[in-house]
Amino acid sequence: MTAISVKNVWKEYGEQVVLERINLEIAPRSFVALVGPSGCGKTTFLRMLLSEELPTRGEITIDGVLLSPEPGPDRGVVFQRYSVFPHLTVLGNVMLGAELRGSRLLGRLFGDARRQARDDAAALLDAVGLSHALDKYPAQLSGGMQQRLALAQALIARPKVLLLDEPFGALDPGIRADVHKLMRQLWHQHPMSVVMVTHDLSEAFHLATRVIAFDRTRTLPEERLRYGACITNDIDVWPKRVAGQPDFGRDPAHLPRRDDPALDLGHPDRDDPADAA
Amino acid sequence: MRLINRRPDRSLWLILAVLPFLAVLIAYAAGSAIRLAENPADKLLPGLTAFADAIDRMALEPDKRTGDILLWVDTGTSLTRLVAGVTIAAAGGLLVGMLAGLLPLARAALSPFVTVVSMVPPLAVLPILFIVVGLGEASKITLIVIGVMPGLIRDLMLKIDDLPRQQLIKAQTLGANSWTIAIRVVLPQILPRLMDSIRLNLGPAWLFLISAEAIASESGLGYRIFLVRRYLAMDVILPYVAWITLLCFLMDWGLRAAQSRAFPWFDRARTGQ
Repeated sequence: MTAISVKNVWKEYGEQVVLERINLEIAPRSFVALVGPSGCGKTTFLRMLLSEELPTRGEITIDGVLLSPEPGPDRGVVFQRYSVFPHLTVLGNVMLGAELRGSRLLGRLFGDARRQARDDAAALLDAVGLSHALDKYPAQLSGGMQQRLALAQALIARPKVLLLDEPFGALDPGIRADVHKLMRQLWHQHPMSVVMVTHDLSEAFHLATRVIAFDRTRTLPEERLRYGACITNDIDVWPKRVAGQPDFGRDPAHLPRRDDPALDLGHPDRDDPADAA
Repeated sequence: MRLINRRPDRSLWLILAVLPFLAVLIAYAAGSAIRLAENPADKLLPGLTAFADAIDRMALEPDKRTGDILLWVDTGTSLTRLVAGVTIAAAGGLLVGMLAGLLPLARAALSPFVTVVSMVPPLAVLPILFIVVGLGEASKITLIVIGVMPGLIRDLMLKIDDLPRQQLIKAQTLGANSWTIAIRVVLPQILPRLMDSIRLNLGPAWLFLISAEAIASESGLGYRIFLVRRYLAMDVILPYVAWITLLCFLMDWGLRAAQSRAFPWFDRARTGQ
């Protein structure tokens, strides 16, 4: 179980303050969506979680341990583009994680270890719906398939935290809905927390357990340089989603009808909680 | 229809492609015929029979003095020098380019130095090479290496920079170390680009080879054309030039074919973007 804790983090580039006073506690198994206008620093924040950038001030810990200053296998990532390796086949892309961790010298596995890695990769690719494309190169795949591949590639390394940087932003609406379904399923199945940057609010509420909005609160021209963005909204998505548990809240059989109270009050024939008490 | 939208079909493409070659041939034949009509012993624009004689003499019959068939001996020595020089330059360029492209520490140490070295005109260094390593094979091969390698290094550094930054991050999140990133992520993607780079550098490599052979050598294609220049032997020079061009073209074509054979993903990735 992986709790992420962000304590008073600032990010500055020279004079320019990008983020300020970021405090955040992310519970294990959360699915957090970061939203906000362009240039509000949500991607910068994700990069700090990835250790691609380091905070200017403050600290980020995972399970109480300070983040290592460089990216590592405890945090997986899927970018909007260029997440997969063009020179490896679909299978090769997913096996790469096992090969890199299994062989520090050659980055390749042989014999039984290789067969094992191959089988694991093929199983995961089957789960993301790519079992028919094992020997294709990424350039031969559609955008949606490439992102499925990128998810499989990241998950094979069993990251504690999966970081997503606008992963579905370039996909067509229909394909995006399919990949959303897959994403939710993967989050339920794999013991990880997810942090996703998106500019699509409906996507954020559709997938996440918690939506966090970044924005600049001081926008006068003379303030823009020295005041960065901070967290302006922190919304728990309702009805609650819990990892690994079925999403009853969204099942039509359990959804309240239009005139029903939003909560089940335990009195099917009454909609007046005061009287019931 | 606008000109930018008019495309030749297959047969028109062929005609248009052959046209400039044909034009040069006709111009030469006409010029040659006019000069030969005035002076049957003219040496500047020899006719086809003169070429046939020269090719027969150089490529099929052993030389009276040495007993060697000159064209093949020349071709052998020149190609050996060229291939040795280009191979060394490519291997060194790959090594230094990868180091400087991947490791910021190595880049700090190498990049300014390579930039300055690449500005030294290689032919200006040739006398130094003759003095230091002598007039033998080594000086010719070294000249090719000096001439080609800095360009290859800089090109590879730029190409490693062009690899999406996301790939290096991604590899780290999959548990790679610097070495495995180099051999599993960067090297396989850089090799096809190195082959492109070598193709572009074949011209300069031949230039340096022929210059070195012209100045101090006892065999080689460049040596031969500069030797027979003394006798205005255009009937030998022109077939030699055509032969060098053909060799160069075949090397280029061979590298291209090897590239798409060895790296089938490369064309797809290039056109896919």
